[in-house]
Amino acid sequence: MQNIERKEGETAPRTGLLSLFFTFFRIALFTFGGGYAMIPLIQREVVEKKKWLTDDDLLEIVAIAESTPGPIAINTATFVGTRRRGFFGAFFATLGVVLPSFIIIFVIANLLQQFAHIRAVQYAFWGIRAGVLALMVKALVNMAKKCRRHLVSYAIVLLAFVAVAFLSLPVILVLVACALVGLLEATLEKRRSEK
Amino acid sequence: MIALLWKLFFTFFKIGLFTFGGGYAMVPLMQEQVLAHGWATEAEIINFIAVAESTPGPIAINMATYIGTETAGILGAFFATLGVVLPSFTIILIVAKCYEKFRRSFVVGGCMSGLKPAVIGLIASAVLSIGGTVFFAGGVLVSLTQASFWLSLLICVLALLLAFEKKTHPIALICLSAALGIAFGYLADLPVG
Repeated sequence: MQNIERKEGETAPRTGLLSLFFTFFRIALFTFGGGYAMIPLIQREVVEKKKWLTDDDLLEIVAIAESTPGPIAINTATFVGTRRRGFFGAFFATLGVVLPSFIIIFVIANLLQQFAHIRAVQYAFWGIRAGVLALMVKALVNMAKKCRRHLVSYAIVLLAFVAVAFLSLPVILVLVACALVGLLEATLEKRRSEK
Repeated sequence: MIALLWKLFFTFFKIGLFTFGGGYAMVPLMQEQVLAHGWATEAEIINFIAVAESTPGPIAINMATYIGTETAGILGAFFATLGVVLPSFTIILIVAKCYEKFRRSFVVGGCMSGLKPAVIGLIASAVLSIGGTVFFAGGVLVSLTQASFWLSLLICVLALLLAFEKKTHPIALICLSAALGIAFGYLADLPVG
């Protein structure tokens, strides 16, 4: 259906709101795991098929999504929607990216409530919890590999870990403090290079 | 009911506002907030993570919808999801108009250079507490004498090997862990909680 509204190139006058909605609905429906798993599909649908963005635009958006809070998928959908059709474009693109999750999870949550007492289901989740731990260790190692090789960064990793794991400080407080430390370090660095 | 919906909305709004980076970056804050409100146990949260990982869509949206549904039905799901989406939506709406400036902003860059390593430390802390729940649900000393401890350790080590050596897909790992859980559970006749 949405192919009827397909536009050729950036010069196309208006992008249909429904087209924005269905494109992001499809992207969300076929991405598992969230985050960066979504980028290749966004590239194919939004850059190659719809030509709503260039590859450079997409790189910019990923960079911005990384430095703004919230899920990358939401950030990208809102960004593309805004640039194509302003507020309503953002609204429909974001609604599209949220709706598949919402419907699927709502159904699953209700089903699981009914099956939770079954012995096999309890065993399955007992096994799954051990698997999830492994997945999180993998994610942690991948993130640590990308960490900036700098003493200040290492110190922040350690302090954030100790603050939450052992001192039970509030997560938000720790995040704000670390952001300020980062800003302070960047300021000192800038001063030093200016001298 | 309205108080609960407002609390769900506000809590997930905070989670959306303070999650930097995709995927698991939201887990530490979500874990803290959900446990503090008593909306789920730690074991349930780990179950949610598995469901969120193996269903389509962003993990943050999946988690918000799931916890909202479990806590207050469809309205709970609606308000939790709205809460987690709204900060990103609003911020990007503003940033999209001046994104060149935002990209080159000194303040944003400085804060991010502190936030990125912080998220690593926070996830490490989440891994530690999840590890505690997975292996030592009945206390460290009791757990070491139980078959369930050694069997879940076996599943975890196997999953780690597959994840690192074979780059097995997360969903395949979750399915395998579930199958092993059922097999071991019946074979060792583990107690059900």
